[in-house]
Amino acid sequence: MDFSLSDEQRIIKEAAEKFIAKDYTFDARNKIISSDEGMSRETWQQFADFGWLGIALPEEVGGYGGSMIETMIITEALGSAMVIEPFLSTVVMCASLIQQAGNSTQKEELLPKIIEGNLLLSLAFVEEQSRYNLADVATSAEKSGDDYVINGTKVVALGAPWADKLILSVRTSGNRTDTSGISLFLINKSAPGVTCTDYALADGSQGANILLENVSVSKDALIGELDQGLTILEDVIDRATAALCADALGAMEACFKKTLEYVKTRKQFDVAIGSFQVLQHRVVDMFTAVESSRSMAYMVSMKINVDDAIERKKAVSAAKAHIGKHARFVSQQAVQLHGGIGMTEELDIGHYFRRLTLFCRLFGSTEYHIERFAKFSQI
Amino acid sequence: MNIDFSKEELEFQQQVRQWFTDNLPADLKEKNRVGLSLSKEEIVGWQKKLNEKGWLAITWPEEYGGPGWTPTQRYIFDMERARAGAPVGISMGIVMLGPVLQAFGTQEQKDRYLPRILSCEDWWCQGYSEPGAGSDLASLKTEMVADGDEYVINGAKIWTTYAHYANWCFCLVRTNKEVKKQAGISFVLIPMDAPGITVRPIVSIDGEHHLNEVFFDDVRVPKENLVGQEGQGWTVAKYLLTHERTTIAGVADSKVTLQGIKEMAAKTIANDRPLSQHESLELKIAETEIDLLALEYTNFRTLAATAAGKGPGAESSILKINGTEIQQALSELMVDLAAYQAAPFNTESAMGPPEFKQSLARYNFLRASTIYGGSHEIQKNVITKMILGLS
Ligand SMILES: Cc1cc2nc3c(=O)[nH]c(=O)nc-3n(C[C@H](O)[C@H](O)[C@H](O)COP(=O)(O)OP(=O)(O)OC[C@H]3O[C@@H](n4cnc5c(N)ncnc54)[C@H](O)[C@@H]3O)c2cc1C
Repeated sequence: MDFSLSDEQRIIKEAAEKFIAKDYTFDARNKIISSDEGMSRETWQQFADFGWLGIALPEEVGGYGGSMIETMIITEALGSAMVIEPFLSTVVMCASLIQQAGNSTQKEELLPKIIEGNLLLSLAFVEEQSRYNLADVATSAEKSGDDYVINGTKVVALGAPWADKLILSVRTSGNRTDTSGISLFLINKSAPGVTCTDYALADGSQGANILLENVSVSKDALIGELDQGLTILEDVIDRATAALCADALGAMEACFKKTLEYVKTRKQFDVAIGSFQVLQHRVVDMFTAVESSRSMAYMVSMKINVDDAIERKKAVSAAKAHIGKHARFVSQQAVQLHGGIGMTEELDIGHYFRRLTLFCRLFGSTEYHIERFAKFSQI
Repeated sequence: MNIDFSKEELEFQQQVRQWFTDNLPADLKEKNRVGLSLSKEEIVGWQKKLNEKGWLAITWPEEYGGPGWTPTQRYIFDMERARAGAPVGISMGIVMLGPVLQAFGTQEQKDRYLPRILSCEDWWCQGYSEPGAGSDLASLKTEMVADGDEYVINGAKIWTTYAHYANWCFCLVRTNKEVKKQAGISFVLIPMDAPGITVRPIVSIDGEHHLNEVFFDDVRVPKENLVGQEGQGWTVAKYLLTHERTTIAGVADSKVTLQGIKEMAAKTIANDRPLSQHESLELKIAETEIDLLALEYTNFRTLAATAAGKGPGAESSILKINGTEIQQALSELMVDLAAYQAAPFNTESAMGPPEFKQSLARYNFLRASTIYGGSHEIQKNVITKMILGLS
């Protein structure tokens, strides 16, 4: 048994940590968020230069050829600094979706551009009524000659305000919640009939609602088989969930460390508040929560590639539920132990709190994943 | 044992209910229901209306313009207020300064300040906490020294809620550094337009501006602005803590919030079922409702004891701990119901009902409820010492 990283993985980790410490301070992040675009293209180019944008893509298309372990090394670092650039949506969700299900033309055309940093994407799979059910798709694509005409509305498409292209889950046959009859289409965000309403999300990043009115796409825009999109979508969201778990772990660890530091330095009643036993034990609980979450992040990074789909899904749900439960605790206690200052926009703690609160609800809540785990875990 | 109201109390309840029905503006009710912040004008306008009816300062005795109600009547009023969807009273002048002046103020101070609190001409903020003095309030450093007929104040207060609305601030300041910490503190009234005062806004994690830092740089006030004696400030401040607090648990508002959550759960459909029939949510809501029921009965017991003339002591710490935990749990439940719709932040353009859009900001802000007014940990320290006798 060996939990140590390979030399190559260690190099990625050190580079990521160095970048975070030097270029992505809390101040730098605030500046990026309040800039016109709300993200940094320069940072995105740095990601490209580091080779991160193709981290899990094969070498043939110019990728690094890594696995989920490399991806999670990066997302953990991104989480620790609350990076808002759309790594998750462009790289972990869309690039891997194209790699998994795209045809050779799509791969050749899109993946190199993503890797170079010249193409940003967003996966629009949530609808107002869908909640966490990926199969609940009301947005429809009707065949019309060689084309399809798409109508419907997607909500909270992560990173969509910055995206050039969107991948949509749409219904090509069957009823609204049928598991078959879902297809994936790639469209230009600038296509006629597409209206995006952009907004800030709780973690400082951005999302959008996407209104689709008679958007016409050719059949070449289909990714994967017609009507068979759900399995692809499930796989992608499972991988994204694993990557996001590492992001949360990074944020939790940062919260814990900052809180530990704070209780050592903050004085009340003439002593450091860290000398009060109740707070000592609370910080211990935060620490064990982080360690336990780390174990689950490692677990899922290894299990995400096993062939048995049930085992894979169980691993993802176990990780998301367990880390979600602890992310909630760690983020709440980080605020509590900071007192008033933890309640402010001025300190990073409140921003970690919001990022982790959002984490708990993305790609399925803690309760959702406990239920999903239970379903797959029955004998 | 019973929890029945008397016939008179029931009549009183009807009368209060009717008044709210007739007088609460619909837009105020809607904003309050969704959890949107009210503007200064909205708050003042509403308080003036309550005052015209004589129901603004419900804890004040009749001689100062209060309605002279029993603790049970006050409880009923609060229940009906919440039930009607009216905002909880946030006037620091009513809740905090009034009782202090009534107990420690000179006749001149009472005559000058109390009527202006009732008429809402003055908005008071509370300047207690400092960057270095939060839970350990007695270590506060803002200094006040005598200079002829005046006092001169230097220092900084922080977390001052609505200092940017206020024209007056009641402050705890240090007048003597030689004595025991608590004995060197005084209670003073400072006009916010005095030269030397700077107010810096602090935005909190709900994305709003409620809090401030207030700096005092050679601020001068006449000596008559002292309340009580020099060095009596700690006693004055502590007096409020023993003052009757039958609504500290927030039961009335939490019941209304719970009702709102149940309505949203019943009307939001996912997987072809209302969320109220999704087992994990259903059970969570039910569990919170049970906790709230327990709190309500604990509150009844305190109320009965208060009505029987036994002042609530450290028991109010129990109410505060359980009450704020339930408020936090409720706000989190709404976020759970909202799921993805809780993700957009401070935006009009997201989709979904306003309850969901506002849910995250509320959840964020309510984290403060276990920090202010004596943190959870401090409340538990009080129970440890005062009720359990451990030290
Ligand atoms: C939204 C909001 C509104 C407020 N409004 C006002 C206002 O209008 N006027 C005003 O004067 N103040 C106000 N406050 C300030 C509030 O009273 C203080 O935040 C509170 O007293 C805690 O102090 P602190 O923030 O300095 O935290 P600290 O006292 O530094 O506490 C940090 C942590 O240490 C814990 N701790 C401290 N001492 C002990 C101990 N002995 N044992 C165990 N744990 C301990 C605390 O519980 C907390 O978890 C407000 C605060 C907030 C958040």
